Amino acid sequence: MARTQFRPAPAVPAPGRVAVADSAHVERTRRRAAARRRSSRVGLYVLAVVAALVAALPFIWGTITAFKRDADLYNSENNPFVFNLDPTSEHVSFLFEETSFLTFAGNTLWVGLLVVAITLAVGLPAAYSLARLNMPWAGPLGIAIFFVYLVPPTLLFISLTRVVAILGVQDSTWSLVLIYPTITIPVSVWLLMGFLKAVPRDLEEQAMVDGFSRLGAFARVVVPLALPGIVAVVVFAFTLTAHEFIYALAFISPSEAKTISIGVPTELIRGDVFFWQSLQAAAILVAVPIAFAFNLLLERFITGFTMGAVKG
Amino acid sequence: MSSHGAAAEPPQRALRERGKLADRAGFLAPLFLLPAVVYIIALVALPLLLALSFAFSDVTVGDPSFDWVGLRNFDAIFDDPVFWRSLRNTFVFTTIAMLLTIVVAKALAMILVADFRFKWVVRFLVLLPWTTPVALSAVAWLWTLDSVYSPIDWVLRSLGFIESNSYFLGKDTLAAASVIAVHTWRIVPLATVIIMAGLISIPDDVKDAAAIDGAGFWRRLWEITLPLTLPVIAVATLFGAVLTFTDMTTVYILTRGGPENATQVLPSYAFLKGIGSGDLAQGAAIAVFLFPLLLAAAVAILRSVRRMETF
Repeated sequence: MARTQFRPAPAVPAPGRVAVADSAHVERTRRRAAARRRSSRVGLYVLAVVAALVAALPFIWGTITAFKRDADLYNSENNPFVFNLDPTSEHVSFLFEETSFLTFAGNTLWVGLLVVAITLAVGLPAAYSLARLNMPWAGPLGIAIFFVYLVPPTLLFISLTRVVAILGVQDSTWSLVLIYPTITIPVSVWLLMGFLKAVPRDLEEQAMVDGFSRLGAFARVVVPLALPGIVAVVVFAFTLTAHEFIYALAFISPSEAKTISIGVPTELIRGDVFFWQSLQAAAILVAVPIAFAFNLLLERFITGFTMGAVKG
Repeated sequence: MSSHGAAAEPPQRALRERGKLADRAGFLAPLFLLPAVVYIIALVALPLLLALSFAFSDVTVGDPSFDWVGLRNFDAIFDDPVFWRSLRNTFVFTTIAMLLTIVVAKALAMILVADFRFKWVVRFLVLLPWTTPVALSAVAWLWTLDSVYSPIDWVLRSLGFIESNSYFLGKDTLAAASVIAVHTWRIVPLATVIIMAGLISIPDDVKDAAAIDGAGFWRRLWEITLPLTLPVIAVATLFGAVLTFTDMTTVYILTRGGPENATQVLPSYAFLKGIGSGDLAQGAAIAVFLFPLLLAAAVAILRSVRRMETF
């Protein structure tokens, strides 16, 4: 990555020529090049800071809001970005003590963990089959499964509402446990394909020579080696379930079965009454941990997505 | 990538040809794939067909018995000005949001591949819009665009640009612009990450050669990085387009389609009719119009990916 600051060619004179060259001219060229480099560095920092501020604006404003007193917040003359009155944590306590936020969080975790378990149980063998078992139609099938991801919930929620009602799981988190894998399996299979392809075939062959069956080699050698990738898939699948809104909104109405995604916007906004500070606290409390997990694993996600397309 | 392809396979074959089922790839391959395929057929393919058939029926939440009514639902929605408005909005919002996304994401990707101090902070903040559940970021925007307490209004007022508040979500054009802005804000990080992957894959010697030949920033941009990353940009844009025109969360939380349906889009209108008023059949008939658009996007993505592989 050090390549970003190469010097323009004229500023690097050939060693033997320094003495003969017009030294003032060389000096001027060098200074101009340095100035240009410095101004482009400044430009880079300015753009980076502006981008970060625009991206984070609602969250920065939300964080400040969460700790503001009512009298401070609901006065349109006050500078919104500073605490005109002492900050307070009463609205954050309100979120935990007086609202169903913890129930929503519990439901989100519970649904997420079960969905991740189903996704791995179904997706891992499927990915192995597509990545390694030399089927003639593995390529097109992998792409087909990936495209299922593009079928949006907005197209399916109407008929799935009937399906969920017929199965008798509406208004319960089981409806989400059943339906969310349709979102997570396609992406996860694609990602896992990429990670499994990265495990050297030799190791697997060696395990089979050592007496493992193909199944044994998969479970004892391939899966442990692909573990970092599998962790990335777990995080990715979990965040997809935490993001989902439409199915949850269509399937579930009692507040004890709601997830964070629908619970926060529907229960903390009652008619025209908004619990703004608590709402913003809820958004930040969910956004920050997910963003941290994503940032840690970002490189791995990119590898997984691009490796999925590589022929095994 | 892996140099050990099918060639590494045969030698030990004979050793393990013990006929054990757990060893036979020909048996394991379909077996391993079966659960995923069953899941997708049962809960994606069949519901998709069911949704299509609902569009020609009179199914409601109250009376779920299926009666064929032909094109009646379509006659009804074609006579409905709100449907046409939603269809137009869906197109307009998606198109503008994607044009903005391309420009911003391309610029942002070029910033983020450079080295600078505290890059991880910038990367963390820039990714926030994408990693946060849409419902929660929409709630954060709802507050940021509040009619009375919006900090954006406060800044504009302090600088003397406006006298009274803007009512971002209360006026037709401003509400539409706000929805487009939030969509762009949300999709840009995803597009940036995809384009960054493309930028990093440009061989360094190509960049170096151009720089040494004295090509300036803009020339390198137009003649090298843009053409080389075009397929990646196409993929990023198409993904963003699919995520934008099928999304109803942003509209649902920010405006509920208002003021007076000025920001209504197909998904939000389908939800309003299908679940809100319980008329599943009409909701399905509206949602069905997403299908041809999706199909077109899928074909286009496939083509761009193909072009990418020929490098």
